Amino acid sequence: MPFGNTHNLLKMNYSAEQEYPDLSQHNNHMAKIITPEMYADLRDKQTPSGFTLDDVIQTGVDNPGHPFIMTVGCVAGDEETYEVFKDLLDPVIEDRHGGYKPTDKHKTDLNPDNLQGGDDLDPNYVLSSRVRTGRSIRGFCLPPHCTRGERRGIESLSVEALGALDGDLKGKYYALKDMTEEEQQQLIDDHFLFDKPVSPLLLASGMARDWPDARGIWHNDNKTFLVWVNEEDHLRVISMQKGGNMKEVFNRFCTGLTKIESLFKEKGHEFMWNEHLGYVLTCPSNLGTGLRGGVHVKLPNVSKHEKFGEILKRLRLQKRGTGGVDTAAVGGVFDISNADRLGFSEVDLVQMVVDGVKLLIEMEKRLEAGQSIDDLMPEQK
Amino acid sequence: MCNLHLNKGIHTSAAFRCILTNSTICPFFTWRVLFWFCRITMAGSFARILSSKRKVGILSLVGAGSLTVGFFMNREQHVSAGAHVRRIYPPSAEYPDLRKHNNCMASHMTPAIYAKLCDKSTPNGYTLDEAIQTGVDNPGHPFIKTVGMVAGDEESYEVFADIFNPVIKERHNGYHPCTMKHPTDLDSSKIRGGQFDDKYVLSSRVRTGRSIRGLSLPPACTRAERREVERVVVDALGGLRGDLTGKYFSLTQLTDQEQQQLIDDHFLFDKPVSPLLTCAGMARDWPDARGIWHNNEKTFLVWINEEDHTRVISMEKGGNMKRVFERFCRGLQEVERLIQEKGWEFMWNERLGYILTCPSNLGTGLRAGVHVTLPRLSKDPRFSKILDNLRLQKRGTGGVDTAAVGNTFDISNLDRLGQSEVQLVQTVIDGVAYLIECEKRLEKGQDIKIPAPISQFK
Repeated sequence: MPFGNTHNLLKMNYSAEQEYPDLSQHNNHMAKIITPEMYADLRDKQTPSGFTLDDVIQTGVDNPGHPFIMTVGCVAGDEETYEVFKDLLDPVIEDRHGGYKPTDKHKTDLNPDNLQGGDDLDPNYVLSSRVRTGRSIRGFCLPPHCTRGERRGIESLSVEALGALDGDLKGKYYALKDMTEEEQQQLIDDHFLFDKPVSPLLLASGMARDWPDARGIWHNDNKTFLVWVNEEDHLRVISMQKGGNMKEVFNRFCTGLTKIESLFKEKGHEFMWNEHLGYVLTCPSNLGTGLRGGVHVKLPNVSKHEKFGEILKRLRLQKRGTGGVDTAAVGGVFDISNADRLGFSEVDLVQMVVDGVKLLIEMEKRLEAGQSIDDLMPEQK
Repeated sequence: MCNLHLNKGIHTSAAFRCILTNSTICPFFTWRVLFWFCRITMAGSFARILSSKRKVGILSLVGAGSLTVGFFMNREQHVSAGAHVRRIYPPSAEYPDLRKHNNCMASHMTPAIYAKLCDKSTPNGYTLDEAIQTGVDNPGHPFIKTVGMVAGDEESYEVFADIFNPVIKERHNGYHPCTMKHPTDLDSSKIRGGQFDDKYVLSSRVRTGRSIRGLSLPPACTRAERREVERVVVDALGGLRGDLTGKYFSLTQLTDQEQQQLIDDHFLFDKPVSPLLTCAGMARDWPDARGIWHNNEKTFLVWINEEDHTRVISMEKGGNMKRVFERFCRGLQEVERLIQEKGWEFMWNERLGYILTCPSNLGTGLRAGVHVTLPRLSKDPRFSKILDNLRLQKRGTGGVDTAAVGNTFDISNLDRLGQSEVQLVQTVIDGVAYLIECEKRLEKGQDIKIPAPISQFK
């Protein structure tokens, strides 16, 4: 929809070579995978809602990438994008998700009883625990492509569903465009407020159009369950609390998500999901579970160990600074979370975080006491 | 090959749904074709349903039962590709929230205009939503009134005239696009005066833009179109001779030295960061097919595929505005001749003059200005009024939205549309002469007068 890329008929007046983007300076998944032949094959296609190949790749064309960080370089405008443009997206997904094949099936497991332990992470080390994911409402276009009417439709459906939550999930919705000064300040203090995207990765795909129309934040009264509406995805769902009781966080996460899903179903809507890609979201990097479960944990000694990177890799974990992706750690406190999204279930991924963080804390205690951690080195998961 | 999924129990008040799962080769259908088919096969209630719910029409039939299922299935092989099938909302549900907005588009947009234009598109497929996106995304500044909309192609100004016309009228100080004609005059021999004392005038400059007819404008152009603009213009510039002989520097191929030289010459333009431009899609595919051409003497410069197809600039140090304008006209006319040899022409019509991306640059698209030092006059409380009456505008020497440094100002014409190039440049020359006269009088301790306001449309 945005920026005129949907005018496929006009482009057909020119040959595929004439239209092919210059990707010579580029380093992202899309640029690695796409070829002139693939472009020629796919360029006259569009999804039923009119999303085209150029719409998919515009963000990757406009953002050549970073020599060290590999961005995805493509987005979906609707659920059908992953089908119509699978010749491009399947290899991108395979590249991004550790070899996930087009024939692989993804397992969804949101039963928190299947998680072993996780309620006893040492609070002397674990400052906070958090699980997030995203959900898309089937039948609506995704943020790069949706019209204002659709976006508002998503907002009103979501607010209606969330409004029916009760118990410890009972909460309130704050529309970005109607927020009072006090509400805004409170949301900033709670670290809940999201702002208009400034990252060119997002802007180039058209996700920030019409800001702040139909965007908002919902959270429960306890401030432990939070939903972002119409930011980078239809819904981003976050469960969090201080301390190390990841089990409780995951419990609330699963309960909340399942409740929300059934509330949507009562109104005749469902989430975008299929057994190959799991939950369908805007960015291919968030397919499958879309789940990032993590803790803020103090690891001043382990983090300085020469094998820290290797340990994380074997545990299938990822480190970030406490400001989120692309920030540096402050004072030895790291954000440790699962590296995978697709090909493992939600329970699998949170289990990896719980087990992995337990091990890291044990290593930290050993190093504090001046002991070796060689016997604790894990196998590759 | 084409499966129609019916969604049961989905009727909400404002939205209707249809999902088609397509594999790669699949027919689409247009609601217009459907409507036509209905009229001849199922006159009466069906056609009435369709016509009364045009916008939500076909999708509302999806849940209505097996009759429509059969109807849809039979239609597949007759349908033509190209239409979109998606959740359709009435215009009132799509109307942008402009309550906090202060730009020309927001001032003139109404639900009625939106409803009338929202499902129209230019022959290239450019839509109203695309044209106004930049104005929706950028509410504006309480003090500066931006335009808030752009054209994706020449036809935008016709197809969306109901909103463009009032915007143009407001932005161009009352020019009536429906009733008035815009004069074009690039005969520089008509200029009187225009050679200023270097003591006051540090530099002189004239700029405009030109668009190549038949190719979409920067907000909407495809990569191939943009590359075609580059090819056509660079080819023509390569034919310039004499003092206009020059060289093209493509942004994708600049060496470090070339880049530094262009920066030192103050010629290099960079990827737009202003959200006014990026929200309109003008920075897509940067820096593909963008570049800078200048003559060897560095007095005639062309930007390719920045905010317009071309921006043409003539400039030099000192106060010889007459010569700057003479070179400007000569260069423009020569470039026009060269592209015409190859069968191309500039976008122009007698209602709007030269067609450019932003409505603010229609007509002449011309800004003629000088950097002039006016230490005494600039401190006189009558300075602004004098400028107003002379139909001049002041800016800082860094360009639009910068503050003046020292006592040096950028003084240029206020108007773009409704007067010819010769008229506007003469206005600047006469006005600057008057300002210098005032400065000289103040130097001698004499008093100055506010001149009578000059007429806008001659």
